[in-house]
Amino acid sequence: MTNHWCDIANSDCILIMGSNAAENHPISFKYVTEAIERGATLISCDPRFTRTSAKAHIYAPLRSGSDIAFLGGMTNYIIANNLYNREYVAEYTNGSFLVNEKFGFHDGLFTGYDKETGKYDKSTWTFQKDANGIPKQDKTLQNPRTVFQLLKKHFSRYNADLVSRITGTPKEKLLQVYKAYAATGKTGKAGTIMYAMGWTQHTVGTQNIRNMAINQLILGNMGMAGGGVNALRGESNVQGSTDHCLLWHILPGYLKTPRASLTTLEKYNDKFTPKTNDPNSANWWGNYPKYSVSLLKSLYGDNATKDNCFGYDYLPKVDDGANYSWITIFQDIFAGKIKGFFSWGQNPACSGPNADMTREALGKLDWMVSVNLWDTETSSFWRRPGADPKKIGTEVFCLPCAASMEKEGSITNSGRWMQWRYKGADPPGDARPDAEIINGLYVKLKALYEKEGGAFPEQVTKMTWDYEHEGKVCAHMIAKEVNGYFLKDVEVKGKPFKKGDLVPSFAYLLDDGSTSSGNWLYCNSYTGKGNMAARRDNKDTSGIGLYSNWSWCWPVNRRILYNRASVDLNGQPWDKAQPVIRWDPKAKDGAGGWVGDVPDGGWPPINLDKGATKWPFIMKPDGVASVFGPGRAEGPFPEHYEPLECPTVNLLSSQQLNPAVKRWDKEGSEMDKYANVCDPRYPIVATTYRVSEHWQTGAMTRHTPWLCELEPQMFVEMSKELGRMKGIQNGETVIVISARSQIKAVAMVTERFKPFKIGDQIVHQIGLPWCFGFMGIATGDSANKLAPNIGDANTMIPESKAFMVDVRKEV
Amino acid sequence: MAKKAVLVDLSKCIGCRGCQVACKQWNGLPMEKTINTGSHQNPPDLSAITYTVVRFKESVEGGNMAWTFFKDQCRHCLEPACAEFGNDNAEGSVLQHATGAVHYVTEKTKAWPEESPDAFCPYNVPRRCPEDKVWTKCTFCVDRISNGLEPACVKTCPTGTLMFGDRDQVLAEAQKRLTAMKKRFPAAKLIDADEVSWIYLLHQPAKMFQIARNLRFNETRYAKKGVGSSTVVTAGAGLGLLGLLAQRKEKVQKEEGE
Repeated sequence: MTNHWCDIANSDCILIMGSNAAENHPISFKYVTEAIERGATLISCDPRFTRTSAKAHIYAPLRSGSDIAFLGGMTNYIIANNLYNREYVAEYTNGSFLVNEKFGFHDGLFTGYDKETGKYDKSTWTFQKDANGIPKQDKTLQNPRTVFQLLKKHFSRYNADLVSRITGTPKEKLLQVYKAYAATGKTGKAGTIMYAMGWTQHTVGTQNIRNMAINQLILGNMGMAGGGVNALRGESNVQGSTDHCLLWHILPGYLKTPRASLTTLEKYNDKFTPKTNDPNSANWWGNYPKYSVSLLKSLYGDNATKDNCFGYDYLPKVDDGANYSWITIFQDIFAGKIKGFFSWGQNPACSGPNADMTREALGKLDWMVSVNLWDTETSSFWRRPGADPKKIGTEVFCLPCAASMEKEGSITNSGRWMQWRYKGADPPGDARPDAEIINGLYVKLKALYEKEGGAFPEQVTKMTWDYEHEGKVCAHMIAKEVNGYFLKDVEVKGKPFKKGDLVPSFAYLLDDGSTSSGNWLYCNSYTGKGNMAARRDNKDTSGIGLYSNWSWCWPVNRRILYNRASVDLNGQPWDKAQPVIRWDPKAKDGAGGWVGDVPDGGWPPINLDKGATKWPFIMKPDGVASVFGPGRAEGPFPEHYEPLECPTVNLLSSQQLNPAVKRWDKEGSEMDKYANVCDPRYPIVATTYRVSEHWQTGAMTRHTPWLCELEPQMFVEMSKELGRMKGIQNGETVIVISARSQIKAVAMVTERFKPFKIGDQIVHQIGLPWCFGFMGIATGDSANKLAPNIGDANTMIPESKAFMVDVRKEV
Repeated sequence: MAKKAVLVDLSKCIGCRGCQVACKQWNGLPMEKTINTGSHQNPPDLSAITYTVVRFKESVEGGNMAWTFFKDQCRHCLEPACAEFGNDNAEGSVLQHATGAVHYVTEKTKAWPEESPDAFCPYNVPRRCPEDKVWTKCTFCVDRISNGLEPACVKTCPTGTLMFGDRDQVLAEAQKRLTAMKKRFPAAKLIDADEVSWIYLLHQPAKMFQIARNLRFNETRYAKKGVGSSTVVTAGAGLGLLGLLAQRKEKVQKEEGE
């Protein structure tokens, strides 16, 4: 979240789309409810009428996989009706930048597409530069080559009639949503978006979010209280695990995983340190080498020296162009390329797409270690229904671990708040905290490498590893290492520090090896003042619910990101009633300064000092937000493409599928099968979702009797119209079939699903919870048996939210 | 100890059913073996081991879909019919706590005759355990509220649907919310505020909720005392629960006057 949970209460209009917050993030409704009581409008867009929709002022149905058409229609509506914040677009975004004359778009493709490789040459996705190398601009936004004019042209095709034919949303509902949301473009108003996996799990997932981010930017909603782009994370600590590099392509603090071709630290830093010629751009990532060197010092300590690139050589490198995300890993396991697998706190046999293939793949491993609270579908894949254990050679080790309340440590919630938690009870039996398991593994592995050697042992043996206190792993020692230390006596920015001092914030990190930080984003979380995450002052002095002394928030306790965009060029808030920050000329003994939230840098407002000011989006090299975003794989603007499996041809262009996605039907396993476009065997759109009562694959909740009684069985929700057509009564058991597998489920025939009119045809949709499996108290078939292995073009997140099936009565 | 009350503001209920789980946890109640019957409502009804249940109802009004959630449990009547019934049959089996909690001494309820719950409860709430024959229902978490805590379901509710406090304070809040709510929901109304400790604020018309209506109540319970009549029952059915109770009160007052 750019904002945070409590801040939702400040919103004037809340759009919940790609999320079912009432069911899957019930606590968020404390703040949604508060906002409604203060006069906010709640909009729910979902293929199915949910418990979220039940609370909404406006409910608009849309077919799964048509979000960009819906959101692009909103972009068009905002611009066509002149409802955008012109000053914000011109000053705080790249809307005024002039784009390369050779850049263009035709029939669903941007310039530079290579059909052979399925990739774009992005050399035209650039800006025109002046003699100083700064992007040329037209702040009147009139030049036809401005980003704004290109945006306007691009989305002018997304008229409400056509959007309605693609999404199935009745036109009047579309316009109702657009009107209500676009009203937040008015100065002093703010709208927020709450989204989750309903947006990400698509072949166009990244661009779904890009499109809404663009809408938020042109409405001037970024940086505002009650605004922002807010991803609702599916677990209490998903944000924390991402910050600390759960994913393969990043190191802690969103530093990049080194590529094989980047053979030296210098090359690595050079590649990932963005440059700018604009003196008014803070270009914060320009500090990259300070963060990468401090990370290396935390990893390799005294073994990291200037002479050995601070241990850069020890870091694992990935092959250039390779991808090691979920789908690839399981393809490689299936193909026998990966022989051992740690399944840690996860349940791939239920959570991964094409679950039959995933389960088959697990049987090709030599060994698997499952670290979990329970015996899950993954640890017991070898005795799943239909499997013959005698034919499966995988050796499975189960390591029981402690639950979150059975250990001390921090979690970072969706709102980026790092909150310290204390141990409530000892774990049962021999269950151990994850850190103890990792520590034990490390000690053993290090001893083995020291004794026996092996391929490249230094990356393990040279590592600093000092987390034990009185025989136990100490969470505080880890948290302090994450924050970082001064490693020698040094003076930084006029302040003297002693060796062993905790670094007060990332502004003091250095690239010469005299500081360490396990994660620069968390530098400031555990300082000489103590453990900031353990703060529990629940007084709010901000008036907008920042609660700045409760826990700690990255970065540097800034509660609302991009908050210098919440003020006008004079530093005064757009929203006078709910200011996030404000320039006070009397502050700092008359020198002037920002009051309110921790600002995105202390530089003066634009109109006050044009020399000293810095543009507000400090993480972007140009200092402004990217309406034109050339970093993405499939285009600098979002464009509607149909899901891989879909019930219609693309009504917007002849480009059916996201042109930059990787298909697995040709180079994947033999179990990767796709339905054709408009395949008569699979005429019904399917989506998956969670329920309030079960968490993720249900590994925890389906072992909890009180939750099993609430949602005891696998079900499929469908419209009464579909039920009639298929002769299916409410409560009957039915079969749902995709190109990959079939499952059994109880039919819930309901008014809450309605058929869609797509183009000139009627299209039906069903919905399936993905929380079931064959272990536990409440069991049932896994919805992910049906979902395909195909990923988003940027992130490779599987397209579990839109695929095609058929439904029939169980005979 | 002052009389306590709970406001159940259904405009805020999202049907998450945290209340059902919290109730089971605090009261140490076992799970019920349930199946999916084509509804998210589960367990399908109150039982001797389920003291509260959220009732789901879908309806389509003027082309608009509505889905309501009604958290059902004992209302803790100020003049509980079950206390009369219970204590007539087993002295001391129903206690009225100073907080307003209507409390069953479960062992003693075994002596109650075989009877349908709607014979002695206008809300059709208490349930008899088929095995050991005790009658059970929501306890108002009397053990918690006597010790300065709110009931378990109130504690867990994420949206503020449930508000617990001193009765006069809850009534004042109920009136305040009713006034505010009428702007968005003109049909909003309070249910039985003068008669019960668990006061419902409905934002939509009662027919849009799945509320247990007890039409046998007058017939059985009050026929015995010579209060009810078939005319009243018919009229009561037409007026709904609120009307029924109002008529009951009027009748009682009339009787007492005579």
